[in-house]
Amino acid sequence: MSLGRVEQLEMFRRMLRIRLFEEALIAHHPVGHLSIGQEGAIVGACMALRNDDYVTGTHRSHGHPIGKGAEIGPLMAEIFGKRTGICKGLGGSMHLTDTKMGLICESAIVGGGFPLATGAGLSAQVRGSDQVSLCFFGDGAVNQGTFSESVNMGAVWKLPVIYFCENNGYAVTTPVAKSHGQPEIARRADGYGIPGVVVDGQDAEAVHAVTLEAVERARAGEGPTLIEAKTYRFDEHSNRLAIPIEYRSKDEIEHYRNERDPITLYRAVLQSRDLLSEIEAIEEEVRKTIDEAVEFAKASPEPEISDLWDSMYVNPIGVPSGDGGR
Amino acid sequence: MTIRNATQKLSYLQAIVEAQREEMRRDERVILMGEDIAVYGAQTLFDEFDEKRLRNTPISENSFVGVGVGAALTGLRPVVDLTIASFCYLASDQIINQAAKLRFMTGAQLAVPLVVRTSTFYNNRTAAQHADRPYPLFMNTPGLKVLAPSTASDAKGLLKSAIRDDDPVVIFEDINLWGKKEEVPTDEDFLVPIGKAAVRREGSDVTIVSIAGCLPHALSAADALAKDEVEAEVIDLRTIAPLDKETILASVAKTGRLIIADNSHKVGSVASEIAAMVSEEGFESLKKPIQRVAAPQVHVPYNAALEKQLFVSKDRIIDAVRAIT
Ligand SMILES: Cc1ncc(C[n+]2csc(CCOP(=O)(O)OP(=O)(O)O)c2C)c(N)n1
Ligand SMILES: [Mg+2]
Repeated sequence: MSLGRVEQLEMFRRMLRIRLFEEALIAHHPVGHLSIGQEGAIVGACMALRNDDYVTGTHRSHGHPIGKGAEIGPLMAEIFGKRTGICKGLGGSMHLTDTKMGLICESAIVGGGFPLATGAGLSAQVRGSDQVSLCFFGDGAVNQGTFSESVNMGAVWKLPVIYFCENNGYAVTTPVAKSHGQPEIARRADGYGIPGVVVDGQDAEAVHAVTLEAVERARAGEGPTLIEAKTYRFDEHSNRLAIPIEYRSKDEIEHYRNERDPITLYRAVLQSRDLLSEIEAIEEEVRKTIDEAVEFAKASPEPEISDLWDSMYVNPIGVPSGDGGR
Repeated sequence: MTIRNATQKLSYLQAIVEAQREEMRRDERVILMGEDIAVYGAQTLFDEFDEKRLRNTPISENSFVGVGVGAALTGLRPVVDLTIASFCYLASDQIINQAAKLRFMTGAQLAVPLVVRTSTFYNNRTAAQHADRPYPLFMNTPGLKVLAPSTASDAKGLLKSAIRDDDPVVIFEDINLWGKKEEVPTDEDFLVPIGKAAVRREGSDVTIVSIAGCLPHALSAADALAKDEVEAEVIDLRTIAPLDKETILASVAKTGRLIIADNSHKVGSVASEIAAMVSEEGFESLKKPIQRVAAPQVHVPYNAALEKQLFVSKDRIIDAVRAIT
C-alpha cells in the first residue's frame, strides 16, 4: 500500500514537528539528545503503525511520541519539568512516554527497551490481538545482551515485533566500525533466523514501505523483522555534553546537513507532486503549534513533592502521601 | 463448589503450584514464564494449561524478566520464575530500572502487575553462586513489594495476593521450607494480605522477628527458652517491603528486647533496617541492645558443615537471647 496525499502530508507534518520542537528546545531549554536529522527514519516507521500498536524508545526520545502523533504541549511541558508534562515532570527529556499513543517506555538504560517491546508482542499474541510492537534502538544498543536475548525470544515465539535500528553511525563518539565485529547491523538478523532489511533512513517513504511490510508480516503471525535505517544526527550526542575530540569530520556533518536532510528531501518530493501550498500551510501551522507549546510549558506549574509519593504505586500499602515519609 | 474453611494438606512447594493453578483458572491474563518451569514452579500445571500461557524461556534472565514487564504493561499479569535467587543479579536491571521505576517515571501512566518468584537455595551444598538471599537489594528499591513466606498457607495466600496486586512484587521462596506440609485453605479467594507480619507465638520477655526460613529455628528456640521461663514472642515478617512497623513496634513495646533472625548477610541486611527503624521509633521501649542474628560477611562454602554454621539456627538465636536477658 502506498501512501495517499493526506498521509504524505501528515508524514511531513510530523517530521517538521520534531524538527521545530527541538529547535525550540535549543532556543528555550537547551537539554537533551536531539533527533534532528533522524526524522525520516522515525516518522516513516511510526506512520506504518496503528494507534493501538506499541512502541518502545530510547534516551533520544522526543521523536518517538511526536512521530506516533502525540499532543505537543504535554511533551514540551515535560522537558520543562512541569506538572502538566506528559510524565508530570518526573521523566523528562529522555523519557517522553505518552501511553495514549501506545508508547510503553523510553528507556535511558541503553538496550532496556528490547525486552519490553518483546513482552508487548508476547502480550498481543497471548491475548489474540493483532497489535504489533515496534522497538526503536540505536546502533550502540545492538551491543547490549538484551538485543541478542530479546530478538532470540521474539524469533523463537514468532512474536509480532519490529526491531527498528536508528543507525546514526555513532554511539556518543564511537563509530559503528569500531564497536561491531561485523558492522552491518541488519545481517545480525541471520543469527536469529529472521529477516534483516537495510533502508535509507533519510527517505521517509522508503522507511515507511519496509516498515509496513514488517508490520504486515508481524500481524500475520510470521514473527519479527530487524530493520536497519541508516541515518545521521546533525547535532552533538547530547547538547549538554561538551566533547573534546573530533570523532567525526566537519565535512561529514556538512554533507548530511546540506545534501541529506530528510525534511528538505521530502519537501522537494512533495513539491514535485504539486503540494507546495499544502506544505506552506503545514509549516505555518506547525510553527504555531510549537510556539503555543512553549508558552504552555512556561506558564505551567511546577510539580509538588507529594507527586513523588503519589506516583509510586497503584496500590500503596503503608506509603505516606503528601510530603511525609522518608 | 468450594467449601469455606476447607483445607488440604500441601507442602510449601505444592501450595505455590496450587496458587498459580487457581489464579490461572480465575484470570486468563495470568501467564507463567521461566527456565524449565516444569521442574520448578509449574509442575502439574502442564496437564491443564498449554504453551501459550506456560512459557518455557531461553536462558536469558534479564530479558525474560523484561519480557514479563513488557507483557505486564500491556494487559497480562505475568508470573516470572527466576528459579535460583542468585540469578536475580542478572535480571536486576529489568527489575530495578524498569519494573520498579516505570510507573513513577511516566507520571503514573503505567502499571506493572508483575510477579517475580525466586528461591533462596542456601544450606543446600550449592556453593556461593547458588546460595544468595538477596532480599536487602530489593528492599532498598522503592517501587517493589518484597515478600518472603515461611509456611505453606502463606506461600499460597501471599502468591495469590501478589498476582492480584497491580504493582511489581518479588517473592523469595525458601527451599529449606519446600517440603514442609500443613493444612492449607482451599478457598480460591483465600488471600494473605501484603504488608502484614504474623505473630506466631506470644511472649512477654523478648521479641524475635524471623524472616523466611528462620521461622522453624525461632519457634524451637522459643520452646527451649520457655523451659527456662523466658517467654519469647515470635513474629514472622512475611512481607519485607513495605515493612509492618506497627506489629514490630507493638511487640517491642511489650517485651523491651529485640532479636532479628535474618539469613541475608548482616551488613545492610533486612535485620539492619528493622534495627534502625526500632532505634528511631521505639528506642524508649528498649531495655537492652538489639541483636541481629544473620549470615557473616563471608561467602557461602560448599562444605556442608561449614555452610550450616553461617546461617540462623536455634542455638544461635538462644545465644542471642541469653546475651540480653
Ligand atoms: C546501560 C547504559 N550504558 C551507557 C549509557 C550512556 N549512554 C547514553 S546514550 C549512549 C550511546 C548510545 O548509542 P546509540 O544506541 O547508538 O544511540 P544514539 O545515542 O546514537 O541515538 C551511551 C553510551 C546508558 N545510558 N546506558
Ligand atoms: Mg547511534
